[in-house]
Amino acid sequence: MQPVGAAVPLRVDIAEKTFRSAQGVSITALQGLSFEVRPGEFACLFGPSGCGKTTTLRILLGLDKDFSGSFQLPQGGSNRIAAVFQEPTLLPWRTVEQNVRLALPKSLRAKSLDELFDTLGLAGMRSLYPAELSLGLARRAALARAFATESAVLFLDEPFASLDEQTAERLRQLLLTVWSARPTTALMVTHNLREALMLSDRIIVLAQRPAHVLGMFDVRLPRQHRNPQVMSDLLRSFQQKFPGVA
Amino acid sequence: MTAKEDKSGRSGFATPLTPALTVTVSLIGLCLLWGLAAHLWQSRAFPPPGQVWQVLLREAASGDLFYHLGATLGRVAAAYVVAMIIGSVIGVILGSYRGADRFFSPWLVLFLNIPALVVIVLAYIWFGLNEAAAIGAVAVNKIPNVVVTMREGARAFDPRYAEMAAVYRFAPLERIRHVLLPQLQPYFAAASRSGIALIWKIVLVVELLGRSNGVGFQIYLYFQLFDVAAILAYTLAFVAVMLVIELLLVQPIERHATRWRRRPA
Ligand SMILES: Nc1ncnc2c1ncn2[C@@H]1O[C@H](COP(=O)(O)OP(=O)(O)O)[C@@H](O)[C@H]1O
Ligand SMILES: [Mg+2]
Repeated sequence: MQPVGAAVPLRVDIAEKTFRSAQGVSITALQGLSFEVRPGEFACLFGPSGCGKTTTLRILLGLDKDFSGSFQLPQGGSNRIAAVFQEPTLLPWRTVEQNVRLALPKSLRAKSLDELFDTLGLAGMRSLYPAELSLGLARRAALARAFATESAVLFLDEPFASLDEQTAERLRQLLLTVWSARPTTALMVTHNLREALMLSDRIIVLAQRPAHVLGMFDVRLPRQHRNPQVMSDLLRSFQQKFPGVA
Repeated sequence: MTAKEDKSGRSGFATPLTPALTVTVSLIGLCLLWGLAAHLWQSRAFPPPGQVWQVLLREAASGDLFYHLGATLGRVAAAYVVAMIIGSVIGVILGSYRGADRFFSPWLVLFLNIPALVVIVLAYIWFGLNEAAAIGAVAVNKIPNVVVTMREGARAFDPRYAEMAAVYRFAPLERIRHVLLPQLQPYFAAASRSGIALIWKIVLVVELLGRSNGVGFQIYLYFQLFDVAAILAYTLAFVAVMLVIELLLVQPIERHATRWRRRPA
């Protein structure tokens, strides 16, 4: 259970991010947003819908360069990044396996994916096209793609949104299993507090737009001990620390 | 598959017939009608099907038919390749860069409206009566249509796939092959389809005006001899060749390219 990569944290220090519409209306999505995720830590970015979580991830993924401020990604082993987007975003014209392999760097292209596919329950689906998968399976394939890359950092944007609770719960367990096998520094966006408490080492609580950090909530307890009883205790202490947030 | 058959089955008239049989019966019907009309209006200008068939056999036996079909087919293929490549590159650029699109749009409208004949005549005057001028003239006639279609394709690019490819650092060639081209495929197929239909008709004109072989040249020759049976024989032979290409080449390629679409269950 060694954290992967050298001990460089994910450092985020975004001074401001403003969207300007064509009509001249401007929306400040982020302001003075700064936080750190320690190496090998699983952190959740928790905040209300529309507060700027996806915007933050897009900046960190390098997809949006129009902001003021800076950030530093964890390096070490590889400097690759992996992402699980809000939608599965699989190429519809490539099979599940091709989708995963295409995301791999040349040096890993030929590696065996048997174990990963087995763990995620995708073993029989490798040659299917995304249109032949249910949303739950497509999200598993998106997880497989992210974990196969052996990245230095992993970003997830509400990867279990719009699934029924039972499927979402099963996928959370799978996410934990594959992540524990290789604990990458991870930042997951969610507006589901229970999910955040169950998965993360630390929750970064964001305020309403423009997003900035309200505070941190550390969950030091090992994940296997987070049973329903413990979870409701965690929930209560979270609500004490951040009244009115959840 | 079964759903489709059910649907055609319900449409009364075609009930006992498979699609292939329907086509055959329909063509035989056309031939009979033609024969009847030729019988009623007997004229050198309107030969019956049997006579056209005999000319066809004669031309095939002498080898002329295949020589001229081959020449025309070669020009169609060359003009198609040139038009699709140049048109796709320009179309994707215009679809991706709004500034370029705004600047070049008037040019495009101009080229779309130049009659094919003018391009052909000018090409022969400027570049001489040679093969390059002939193929170039046909391609130039087709390129604006390809540009318009491929520009639509590029405008419809889904940015999420490009972002995924950026995050996972796809190499430039992989981006083109696995992200861009599959998104363009339906537009490419549409441009191809209308392209081949347009190109072979223009190729005949080009041959008529400035080449000494090909189906267009032969039609012009037999026009001067007033041999309508030969004109029809060459025309039908070439239409048949284009249909076979559509059936044996275009449709299988398209089926392969769209195999990932969910079949109606
Ligand atoms: N491309 C855009 N143009 C204008 N406004 C945007 C754009 N993307 C997001 N926003 C605005 O920024 C705010 C934050 O959006 P987002 O980061 O998607 O929220 P969430 O926390 O739900 O992921 C929202 O109010 C949204 O309307
Ligand atoms: Mg979001």
